[in-house]
Amino acid sequence: MYSFKNFLDILTTPDNVPILLLIAMIVAYTWISFHKAFDNDKRLAQGRPVWEGEPHNQEKVHTWPHLLNIEFIVSIIAMAGLTLWSTFLNAPLEDPANNSVTPNPSKAPWYFLGLQEMLVYFDPWIAGVVLPGIIVVGLIAIPYIDTNPKGNGYYSWRDRRFAIGVFLFGWFLWMALIIEGTILRGPGWNFFMPGEYWDVHKQVALVNINFSELLNIDPKTFWLARELPAIIILGLYFTITPFLVAKFNKKFYEDLGLVRYGVTIMLLLLLVGLPVKMILRLTINLKYILVTPWFNI
Amino acid sequence: MGSKLQDFLESQVYPSQIWQSVIRHGKPVNDRNRSLAVLGNVFLHLHPIRLPRYATKYTYTWGMGGLSFLLFLVETVTGILLMFYYHPTASLAYGDIKSLEFDVPFGMILRNMHRWGAHAMVLAVWFHMFRVFMTGSYKKPREFNWAIGVILLTITLFMSFTGYLLPWDQLAMWAITVGTNMARAVPLLGHEGPFSNLLGLKIDNDIRFALLGGTRVGGPTLIRFYVLHCIAVPFVMSFILSIHFWRIRKDGGISGPQSARLANLNKVTQVKAAEGKKKVEGIKVEAPKAE
Repeated sequence: MYSFKNFLDILTTPDNVPILLLIAMIVAYTWISFHKAFDNDKRLAQGRPVWEGEPHNQEKVHTWPHLLNIEFIVSIIAMAGLTLWSTFLNAPLEDPANNSVTPNPSKAPWYFLGLQEMLVYFDPWIAGVVLPGIIVVGLIAIPYIDTNPKGNGYYSWRDRRFAIGVFLFGWFLWMALIIEGTILRGPGWNFFMPGEYWDVHKQVALVNINFSELLNIDPKTFWLARELPAIIILGLYFTITPFLVAKFNKKFYEDLGLVRYGVTIMLLLLLVGLPVKMILRLTINLKYILVTPWFNI
Repeated sequence: MGSKLQDFLESQVYPSQIWQSVIRHGKPVNDRNRSLAVLGNVFLHLHPIRLPRYATKYTYTWGMGGLSFLLFLVETVTGILLMFYYHPTASLAYGDIKSLEFDVPFGMILRNMHRWGAHAMVLAVWFHMFRVFMTGSYKKPREFNWAIGVILLTITLFMSFTGYLLPWDQLAMWAITVGTNMARAVPLLGHEGPFSNLLGLKIDNDIRFALLGGTRVGGPTLIRFYVLHCIAVPFVMSFILSIHFWRIRKDGGISGPQSARLANLNKVTQVKAAEGKKKVEGIKVEAPKAE
């Protein structure tokens, strides 16, 4: 059964307007930053100063009026925009809170839907606690592991390809999860294409299996023996990869030093691990890679 | 309305004791008075007196940091007004929101501005971080301020999350139920998290219980989230915001390609470090004579 009603409802829900704004802002500001970065790259290649470093732009001007003018105008525009938004769109208010009536789907606010979406692929202690913690710690760590002295205080792609590439990978992944969680998830947190009717009774075959079952190991085997292949694979992923990367990209390792390199590579492996697990779930229906009596990954 | 009237008023007002006691500088029409206008104002002096021209361009800063702060102020003002009409009690909260919508003059637009301002603030903070990353502005000497910014980002999200419960409707209750269910799974501290049995945690004594004030979202949760949203978190946030702003100035103002001033700043630190080293090594460094 197909109908665009559910899709349009989601798009026009007042609480989801920020999502439309978010999509527009991603496009606009990614374009601005790359437009300026490529412009600066061209200047650097020609041996000219970057736009921000041009004598005309380095010239000191008075805060009053040069900065305060633009701050004032931007504030006015922002307040006018917010006022219009608040005039024409009412904040939602549903039925009174009721513990015994559960809405389906029950969604967190849109900015947390990236986390809620990760719950599909990981147990709550990873998706809701460990990964957000690592994201925060990882963000704080950025200035201390990015030792590249170039690209400080101006837009540039050429000078910081690796840093910008990794950051944008994480940024777009996060945004994609939010947009997917908002627009494409319906009752039972099942996946619904735009135009697909939100069938509360949609049947989704529970065919997810663990890694050990994929290898046809008897589930009744003692867990340590059963999970040996998974332990080896995860162990190799987190120990051999760092060595291989350091061996084949010696400069990367030597520039960072042991501690910085260790932190960087672990954060990178975790960042890559997230979409890897998602792809494994979506392609070969992998449930858990590792199952222990205490936790599953 | 000629300039005659203006001249007359200015000649009467500017020299008066009242005006002079409030505004201590003349009209900001020359460099000296423009500098004094910024210096002599507690809010404007967040800014330096002068700054490089590129820093005033919207295409460089996107104005996102300033917009985040503007929205913080909007949230504070609308939030205070909303508090006049709201009881954080399970039996009254929902009715208060209804009366805001139907009885209180301008209540609906007040509530709308608070809610949409909060959503816009999340966006502004995210894109502020995006701009700071894309210009490499987190690099030396601004590493610590970037860390402060990340903390402020999480606080912004937490502010938005705690506020989500207050209308006490289905949307609020179940969004918070979904969100706080994650706390069940905190390793060691949540009753469903790994290793929680080591601390003997159950559903009624784990970290989620502390957050909710019960085993499920209810009246005690409402008052907890209300206090967090209106008092505790804004209190913490104001402190950290002050540090964030202060550090911008202390770290050399707006980021930019290594300027002469910044290079000088680094040199001063190096010289100081060298002096410190000399002292440690026992080399005499002449102390400034007491006057």
